[in-house]
Amino acid sequence: MSTVQHATRSSHVGVALIAVVLVVLAAAPAWGDRNTLRLLAEMLTFVALASLWNLLAGYAGLVSVGQQAFVGFGGYLLFALAMLAGVHPILAIFIAGPAAALVAVPLAVLIFRLRGAYFAIGTWVVAEVFRLLASQISVLGGGSGISLPAAVIISIAPTRQMREFEIYWLALGLAVAVLGAMVALLRSRHGLALTAIRDNELAAQSNGIDVGRLKLIVYVLVAAGTAMTGALIFLMKLRISPDTAFSVNDWTAFVIFIVVVGGIGRIEGPIIGTIIFFVMRQTLADLGSLYLLIMGAVAIIVMLWAPKGLWGLVADRFGWQALPLQRRLVLELEKKP
Amino acid sequence: MTLWLNIILQGVLIGGLYAMFAAGLSLIFGVMRLVNIAHGDLIVFAAYIALIVTTGTGLDPLTSLIIVVPVMALIGYALQRGLLNRTLGDDLLPPLLVTFGLSIIIQNGLLELFTADSRKLQAGAIEVQTFEVAQGIWIGALPLIQFAVAVAVIAGLQWLFYRTALGRAFRATSDDPSVAQLMGLDTRHVFAMAMALSLAVVAIAGVFLAVRANFDPSIGPARLIFGFEAVIIGGLGSLWGTLIGGVILGVSQAIGAQIDPGWQLLAGHIAFLAILAFRPQGFFPKVSH
Amino acid sequence: MPEHLLKLTAIDAFYGDFQALFGVSLTVEAGQVVAVIGANGAGKSTLLKSIAGLMPPRRGDIVFDGASVGALPAFEVVKRGIALVPEGRRLFPSLSVEENLLIGGQSKRSGPWSLQRVYALFPVLSERRHLPATSLSGGQQQMAAIGRALMSNPRLLLCDEISLGLAPIIVRDIYARLPEIVGEGLSLIIVEQDIVQALRAASHVYCLQEGRVALEGAAKTLTRESISAAYFGV
Repeated sequence: MSTVQHATRSSHVGVALIAVVLVVLAAAPAWGDRNTLRLLAEMLTFVALASLWNLLAGYAGLVSVGQQAFVGFGGYLLFALAMLAGVHPILAIFIAGPAAALVAVPLAVLIFRLRGAYFAIGTWVVAEVFRLLASQISVLGGGSGISLPAAVIISIAPTRQMREFEIYWLALGLAVAVLGAMVALLRSRHGLALTAIRDNELAAQSNGIDVGRLKLIVYVLVAAGTAMTGALIFLMKLRISPDTAFSVNDWTAFVIFIVVVGGIGRIEGPIIGTIIFFVMRQTLADLGSLYLLIMGAVAIIVMLWAPKGLWGLVADRFGWQALPLQRRLVLELEKKP
Repeated sequence: MTLWLNIILQGVLIGGLYAMFAAGLSLIFGVMRLVNIAHGDLIVFAAYIALIVTTGTGLDPLTSLIIVVPVMALIGYALQRGLLNRTLGDDLLPPLLVTFGLSIIIQNGLLELFTADSRKLQAGAIEVQTFEVAQGIWIGALPLIQFAVAVAVIAGLQWLFYRTALGRAFRATSDDPSVAQLMGLDTRHVFAMAMALSLAVVAIAGVFLAVRANFDPSIGPARLIFGFEAVIIGGLGSLWGTLIGGVILGVSQAIGAQIDPGWQLLAGHIAFLAILAFRPQGFFPKVSH
Repeated sequence: MPEHLLKLTAIDAFYGDFQALFGVSLTVEAGQVVAVIGANGAGKSTLLKSIAGLMPPRRGDIVFDGASVGALPAFEVVKRGIALVPEGRRLFPSLSVEENLLIGGQSKRSGPWSLQRVYALFPVLSERRHLPATSLSGGQQQMAAIGRALMSNPRLLLCDEISLGLAPIIVRDIYARLPEIVGEGLSLIIVEQDIVQALRAASHVYCLQEGRVALEGAAKTLTRESISAAYFGV
């Protein structure tokens, strides 16, 4: 019987490495100080955001410059549930996912009427609408925003250290869950369909793939994941405002930079990209707006001369994959008597 | 009653400005299927160029157009030829991401050079001049001029596209770039001319923006969104449609602002989303998306 | 000895990694009509595209009127005096008939062909000059495409399958005007599936088979058997 083989030698190495890294990261509260934990948690949320954007743009071909809509939605929902309905903040994170999915469906129906770059700007308009609506909600601080009350913060865990550990592990768990879900999706038959859509949408359609439905599902799932990540991000920040919640710079520009430089359309790309982004941030941050300028320039240069990103360059050159995602048909030929 | 008429009139007139934001965007999409995410930031960039020209030469803003328009046109030609031509092709990601990167670069470059301080260009007495056109109905001189210029720009673009050799070249290259080459057209040059034209319109829009209201490096994206909404409401591929689209957007915003100042922008977006929901092809569609 | 108008020497042309032409050599003299025949996929259109500059050959020379043009982009090749009537007509849908003709004259080469002359050659185009080009019938579109190419006042006209999809009577009608075109001093390369028509119109024939020249010679001297053999590679 013929089988499909996913793993390669490099992916065996990759999986082993990832397992080691995960163990080290899980133990971080033991070896890392407060600042390290905060930094790692922030990096992990960006890995999640970037992987989700990568799934949307790099696999489903839906380029969105408006994912900040869901980041802010998740954040505001967390604050609303925790402050106004007495919901435990961590539970609120898990509610944010399905809630965002519900909102994403009618939105998708609307903006899927636009194509290509016009779709992208449409997602931006949606984010703007969310931002404007948020600034109208006076009970959550209106235009200037609001801070999470002490009572809510304490309800997460009794000591500050425990809170930091819990939030850190949440971030780790979220990033692992997002990546794990992506690997599972890509190894499934839907993942094969997605790769087909990415390569040639028309051909995929004529092969019976319901392109519209698959794109809708991906859009909704990504919205849910993004909202949960957004809820966690603002739980970490302890303060929310319309401009920070729906910031194009923070939640779209940086994410796009990460995915483009790391490698779009590859699951390893956002991980590499996040590392590069944070290295750049640590070294360049005091340059102010020049730093953003440099990032924009780097993204353009990479897009034009290394469109597959750093991982794409390396992986294509050496034929690597860090996770077992490729498909190789192994034929068993019958022996002739 | 006259209050609402005045409000609607204001909305119509600012619609002209939005139509100018949209015209440059629409032109580029028509000729080379490129959506320039940096379009709004280029409008702001033009405003700053006008600032430099007016403070440097003492010219008033509207006269400074004589310098600003050619400068922006040249920048457009160089930008297309040097950078954006490389992004054209079947893949939609490169032009989108490169122009997005460009948007970030322009915003932050302007921030570095000019700081986040709000600026405005002074056009003199004409800014406060108003006419009473009917009982209790007033029109500002500047908004009226701006609307008239918008109509003239769109009429001019229509004329160029349908009655000149350059317009023929644009349409042919947009239809079939490789057969256009068989006619002796260098498509790299044609695309660059289209971008030069687009930025010439952007220059006019930028100067009017700068005279009308305060501007700073961060307001670009909102102008892009207004232009984009005007294009979609009016219908892809129709220049006169973008005028209608701009007017509808302007009127929606004016009505929204009257209900509650915080609702101005929201009203515009809701009008856009409503059109998208009920008449996604816009009012005067010429091409499919 | 007179210089050839066009001389191809051992052209190799590729679509990406796929090689479409293998060492093709060909000459055209001034005032000559040369036919290129062959089965589908033999490389006939590729040959014309290479000459026109749409597909620069990877190896080999193209010399036109004494100058090497193989590396020139298509818009430069037109200016040198080679015009292509592309396969499938490919008129510009956004332009009217007259605008299609006018844009053919974009390169502003001097010569006998003008809007009036093209309308004189194909009067039906004049009647429909302001209509969208794609609203014309197949035969009329073919005339428009030929007229568009003529407007650039070429010295060498390349015609890619002008009989494609047209009724035989229309094809005969179009071919009947070719002598007038050649009479003005133009040379022609016609790519044709319709072998009978090709042999009637041309003085010299090349037969391509899977990207190679399988047969060449004066039209009068080639036998039906030799053509069949070359065409099908039997």
